[in-house]
Amino acid sequence: MKKPLVLSVSVAAAIAMGSSLAIGATTVTIGTVNNGDMIRMQELSGEFEKSHPDIKLDWVVLEENVLRQRLTTDIATEGGQFDVMTIGMYEAPIWGERGWLEPMKDLPADYDLEDIFPAVRNGLSVEGILYGLPFYSESSMTYYRKDLFEQAGLTMPERPTWDQMRDFAKVLHKPDQEQYGLCLRGKAGWGENMAIVTTLANSFGARWFDEGWKPEFTGEAWTNTIEFYVDALNNYGPPGVSSNGFNETLALFSSGKCAMWVDSTVAGSFVTDPSQSKVGDQVGFALAPKQVTEKGAGWLWSWALAIPVSSDAKDVATEFVTWATSKAYSQLVADKFGIAAMPPGSRASTYANADYMSAAPFAAKTLESMNNADPADSTLKPSPYIGIQFAAIPEFQSIATQVGKLVSGALAGQMSVDQAMKSAQSIAEREMKRARYY
Amino acid sequence: MSISTVQDGVSAVSAPGPTTVKADRQLHNRVGLLTVSPSVLALLVWMIVPLAMTIYFSLIRYNLLYPGDNEFVGLENYYFFLTDEGFVHGALNTLWLVGATLLISVVAGVLIAVLVDTPFWGRGIVRVMLISPFFIMPTVSALVWKNLLLHPVSGVFAAVWNFFGATPVDWFAEYPLQAIILIVSWQWVPFAVLLLMTAMQSLDQEQKEAARLDGAGPIAIFWHITLPHLTRPIAVVVMIETIFLLSIFAEIFTTTGGGPGYETTNLAYLIYSQALLQFDVGMASAGGLVAVVIANIAAFILIRMIGKNLTEKA
Amino acid sequence: MLTLKQSRRLQTVLIATLAWLVALAIFFPIFWMILTSFKTEIDAFATPPQLFFTPTLENYVHIDERSDYFHFAWNSVVISFGSTLAGMLLAVPAAYSMAFFETKRTKSTLLWMLSTKMLPPVGVLVPIYLLFKDAGLLDTKTGLVIIYTLINLPIMVWMVYTYFKEIPKDILEAARLDGATPAQEIYRVLLPIGKGGLASTVLLSLILCWNEAFWSLNLTASSAAPLTAMVASYSSPEGLFWAKLSAVSTLACAPILIFGWLSQKQLVRGLSFGAVK
Repeated sequence: MKKPLVLSVSVAAAIAMGSSLAIGATTVTIGTVNNGDMIRMQELSGEFEKSHPDIKLDWVVLEENVLRQRLTTDIATEGGQFDVMTIGMYEAPIWGERGWLEPMKDLPADYDLEDIFPAVRNGLSVEGILYGLPFYSESSMTYYRKDLFEQAGLTMPERPTWDQMRDFAKVLHKPDQEQYGLCLRGKAGWGENMAIVTTLANSFGARWFDEGWKPEFTGEAWTNTIEFYVDALNNYGPPGVSSNGFNETLALFSSGKCAMWVDSTVAGSFVTDPSQSKVGDQVGFALAPKQVTEKGAGWLWSWALAIPVSSDAKDVATEFVTWATSKAYSQLVADKFGIAAMPPGSRASTYANADYMSAAPFAAKTLESMNNADPADSTLKPSPYIGIQFAAIPEFQSIATQVGKLVSGALAGQMSVDQAMKSAQSIAEREMKRARYY
Repeated sequence: MSISTVQDGVSAVSAPGPTTVKADRQLHNRVGLLTVSPSVLALLVWMIVPLAMTIYFSLIRYNLLYPGDNEFVGLENYYFFLTDEGFVHGALNTLWLVGATLLISVVAGVLIAVLVDTPFWGRGIVRVMLISPFFIMPTVSALVWKNLLLHPVSGVFAAVWNFFGATPVDWFAEYPLQAIILIVSWQWVPFAVLLLMTAMQSLDQEQKEAARLDGAGPIAIFWHITLPHLTRPIAVVVMIETIFLLSIFAEIFTTTGGGPGYETTNLAYLIYSQALLQFDVGMASAGGLVAVVIANIAAFILIRMIGKNLTEKA
Repeated sequence: MLTLKQSRRLQTVLIATLAWLVALAIFFPIFWMILTSFKTEIDAFATPPQLFFTPTLENYVHIDERSDYFHFAWNSVVISFGSTLAGMLLAVPAAYSMAFFETKRTKSTLLWMLSTKMLPPVGVLVPIYLLFKDAGLLDTKTGLVIIYTLINLPIMVWMVYTYFKEIPKDILEAARLDGATPAQEIYRVLLPIGKGGLASTVLLSLILCWNEAFWSLNLTASSAAPLTAMVASYSSPEGLFWAKLSAVSTLACAPILIFGWLSQKQLVRGLSFGAVK
């Protein structure tokens, strides 16, 4: 009894003192995702502090979902806890429109804004004003096992159709050898299963909303999409597919358990890295599958660094943000971690670098996929929204979260596809009505 | 100051006169009020300030993503919360989760507490192992169960299933709620064991011995002597665990995210998804108030059932 | 007689075996987590899971390079002990009053206190966030100490109350007639007698504070972030993460686990909630 009391008294004294330690340097608090590229950025922060001795960087690294809720709460209540926020292509235009983010203007000349892919820049802008600088960007593509395809006498086309994918999967699915034909994300979430499901739906000719903002889940295109998805994964997918997100699927593919996988282009550097992947030299790349259309077959996403208006260290934050998204930073990463580790998908100059192109076998297909993606024109029939695997309206997150749950429910066999689509339709209509779209 | 000096004091002083007693009473009441008030005040503020704000928010349109658009909407938020497709599932799942976990932890707790009551080799280590899960962070235990144990490809359970030639079970797809109950029980059985082990120590051994000499078998002894002795601690276990289990959240958030479908969405998770996935503070506030009402009904029933055991003592 | 003795011994062996099996089963997840933390990522995801492998410290080295463990651990310690201390300072007088100056309202006050615990925290997150922002308490240890104190206060009051109830009133009367003030009564009489119960109250509060993950994640950024936030920065990143996750979990749980083991005897003796005669 005595010890804890004594301890706690000294501890209470420490609380009183702890928070008032004054530091001469300006502190920049950075909220970021725990993805590999961001962790490299955190590891390189010493370099930045060395060249900017009056700036101290404080890192808040969280997993994606937790970070998103944390940042949104803070920015919407003007909490002012963060000076730099890592946000996606979904948030940037919405928050920018609300006036919550500092516009990115008057950037230094050597920053070379024109070097950044136009689709990425447009995705982070509202009415021509840029609200975040892209740290890295991604599209989606098809990964497959060259060795297995060769053994089975199959060839992967440049851009397969989903029907072809299913036929390949049928041949390559050998569950008794723990080899599964087709791996896709199944875990519920608008940034998880709904990303792949939406691109699948795009290529089946479906769209999230018609021109009058009415959802179309009970329509033929969506029903076909989900029926295909559930059927293909239940017959030729890995066990537990309905709880696999990007990471779980990456782990499966890296450990040699998947013959094919359609997912983010950033996975390229993981699946080809022999220290993390058993199949490093056997991975082939193709464009994301099409079906009735090529439009919206591959998605477009970017993780960008943005500065909230509520920050009290905007100038210093700008300095950091331009450093971390610059060409010089890419070079620094190349020097420290190897050239294949350069942040992908944002700058044309990265792909003009011959060393990078030869060191990164996935780079050519990544570039092609990035060039094909157009968030403004991603559906066969016209749609009122911007975004390929999402619709850049505030309600989307809520609707897609719930629809994602229903799709994973259908995938797990907890409900029928029809039932799931009916519920999805009524949820989406309800939310849109609640948000006064009609 | 030690107990013995106090007791000396007792014997040294004769019974006080009636007048001093009355004056004392008044003083005592003041002291009583004074000492209890900090806690009550703190909790009152804690209750009332957020509660008032929550009630206010529940009556306006308040979405974090639409700042400034805060018109009064009456009961619209309540209407949308109660007609949400997840609400009925959420309420039922909450009941299931609390009920099943309580049942498991009480039954397993009693059996384990009885089992480790007799001395045997290494009992200290056994006890330490038995209560360890209670010290583990809920998020960590959910992550460990999900990724290392229940994972249908690389998990330990899958390996055991494979070893016996069975197809590994995909727990979070086929038995999602049961899997959550398993994880939560793993955390709370040790708490029950801890409490009941304590209680077993005060069981009258002579009474047990006498019963044995009278020819009572172990089951009869358990039924007629041990179990009645444990009713009060069981009531405490039920009370405390209910309080914590009603708002189970971290385990669901880290494993299933409330899915697939609504299979594992409880009320706490439903409110979470409205507040922090949809940023609909108005509806989440309404949901929070509905949950408080439900929790208070549960508390009322519980107190009716077992409250006597808790407050009337000595 | 001999056979009776033999059957008794057989019974003990059976009980011991069964108890060991149950204990090992319950402890297995923790054992497995610690074991996995010493595997390479490839080994950690191997099928079937491997019991024997070449142990490595690379996960711990990685964590040490990436995050300042002692910063997070120190925050956890300060917040847990700080709010436990504050909680006891509020709970002991309240329990004293409830136990020795019982009125008609005492029981309902107690039950009302417990019912405040049933409010789902996420329902009041936004109000609390706004209040904390205005009070400048976001990302401060003080802020978390306040929240944890209030969250755990009902349970603490109740626990201390049940211990005080067991103390005969005569002892207090005697001290009072000796001229003791209420503070002296508590300090000189009740604390020494009730120390077993108070110690387990302290222990329980420490455990609950250490493991709380909702408020600590949502109200802190960097300077006040405790170990729960550190775990959140390692859960489900890109790439293989099982081994690193196990290592960070082991680090986060180790202090409280060891602390719990050391004080296990005290917990078993004192955690009765006055439920035992």
